[in-house]
Amino acid sequence: MLPATIEGILTSSLSDGLIYAFVAVGVFITFRVLAFPDLTVDGSFVTGGSIAALMIVGGYNSFLATVAAIGGGLACGAVTGLLHTKLRITALLAGILMMVSLYSVNLRIMSGANIPLLRQITIFKSIAHFFGTAKSVILVIGILAVLALIVFMILNWFLRTELGLALRASGDNEQMIRGLGSDTDRNTIIGCSLSNGMVALSGALVAQNQGFCDVNMGIGMIVMGLAAVIIGGALFHPRGVASMLLAALGGTFVYRLFITIALRLGLAPGDLKLITAVLVVIALGIPYIQKKARHEWMPPAVKF
Amino acid sequence: MDTSKDQSLLQLRSVRKVFARGTIDEVTALYGINLDIYPDDFVTIIGSNGAGKSTLLNIIAGVFPPEMGGKVIIGGEDVTDLSEYKHATYVGRVWQEPHVGTAAKLTIEENLSLALLRGRPRGLRPSLNKQRRELFRSALAPLGLGLEDRLSTLVGTLSGGQRQALALVMATISKPVLLLLDEHIATLDPRTAQIVLNLSDMIVQRERMTTIMVTHNMELALRYGNRLIMMHKGRIIVDIGQQDKQALTINDLVTAFEQAAGEQLTDESMLLSHR
Repeated sequence: MLPATIEGILTSSLSDGLIYAFVAVGVFITFRVLAFPDLTVDGSFVTGGSIAALMIVGGYNSFLATVAAIGGGLACGAVTGLLHTKLRITALLAGILMMVSLYSVNLRIMSGANIPLLRQITIFKSIAHFFGTAKSVILVIGILAVLALIVFMILNWFLRTELGLALRASGDNEQMIRGLGSDTDRNTIIGCSLSNGMVALSGALVAQNQGFCDVNMGIGMIVMGLAAVIIGGALFHPRGVASMLLAALGGTFVYRLFITIALRLGLAPGDLKLITAVLVVIALGIPYIQKKARHEWMPPAVKF
Repeated sequence: MDTSKDQSLLQLRSVRKVFARGTIDEVTALYGINLDIYPDDFVTIIGSNGAGKSTLLNIIAGVFPPEMGGKVIIGGEDVTDLSEYKHATYVGRVWQEPHVGTAAKLTIEENLSLALLRGRPRGLRPSLNKQRRELFRSALAPLGLGLEDRLSTLVGTLSGGQRQALALVMATISKPVLLLLDEHIATLDPRTAQIVLNLSDMIVQRERMTTIMVTHNMELALRYGNRLIMMHKGRIIVDIGQQDKQALTINDLVTAFEQAAGEQLTDESMLLSHR
């Protein structure tokens, strides 16, 4: 179902951009705010989807199921944070361990590789029903836009509170903020938890929008989120909390636009992961090549 | 906290520290230090590389605990086993490098807000408000650096001296009972170092803060404070109070060092008057 018109490309990019924007916001919280490269995302995305799918099939209200999915994501992130802070496992390894183990957990939650939601009452259908219409792309965009606005407002507020500022300082100068009496372990756990809660919300919405949850739907989600954050940063040069959040949202939209156009140009869906990875490589590699051309020095990349 | 004049504010009892225990690199940084610091003391600690000055400060600040049996008591409370962020309630610290004491990607006012909440729970209240900004302006104005008009400037864009002056305000704005100055002017150019040093002295006098200043430089150690401690190879070898300190010269210090340590003073940087 490839969109044929410019309008089709835009609406498709917009709805996909909005639904995956929560992943970008989650990745923004760990990578940019906490400076914690968290790879849990590939697992917690599916955890969110599978919890929502399981509950909806079990007859629970789709709103409740979505909230429970967020709860599942919060728990996943908290475990990653605990592994890192209490057992001193490096951030990358803690995330990889969680990503791998969540694959098994997700199979257990769903008692199989996927759960179809085709004739179930999803969050989108129940809102459409409330307004007395059928589910449409425009309605989905509307619902997601409202949700994105709410999340944006909450995070924009939270990151300016005393606790939120301490979180940002933990990512900037951990030694300083410990010396000022803030528990950096706790800050890391809260930040990872919040991040994966956002990711799980995205997973729950994706499952309900596409009509099924699949155990493999999280593969490459971290790279997609990173691509969105990096594209947003490169395009909008954000300064300050609000503009950085908006850049993550905008970055997701631009990223989906790339992907939709790539599909239109005849690339197979299977190629998308490679395209995404190449996008990230370009975005990360360009600054070094530019500096090298100007004979500027840049330190070697960190290994951990 | 009730600490009368004659009761010590900081007590160190049998504080030992061994690094890399059980390996060929094992080194004893501190041998059973006993030390009492009294309210309103301004103590300068001097010693050459490897004397144990930094290890001592790190133990007071709670970066790591002393070996078993050692005790750190601040304001009557045993804080030996408390983690670093809990020590911060009592101890403000300015590090050697300006970038350690300040957060580059946050603004001046955000840095100060973080510092203001030392030892208090951080909740979901806004981190900045009009009242706090007023407080920050009045804390920055005496520095004479114009920072009070640049509250929303990112700290990463300030010079080293400006950042260190800010770090000093951050260490003291919530009035912790103890201030640690850890060679805090060592990386600054001589002119900026003098400015930051004068600011330190001004703030310490004004707030009547109990202060420990670690320095590499004998002249500074003599010029500031009311008590001088010299460390050597993990031990306190000289401890001079106000009365004797006023008449003290660098030559006296070198003699005292050579008598106590039983060896020639070879670290020339301790003798240079300016760093």
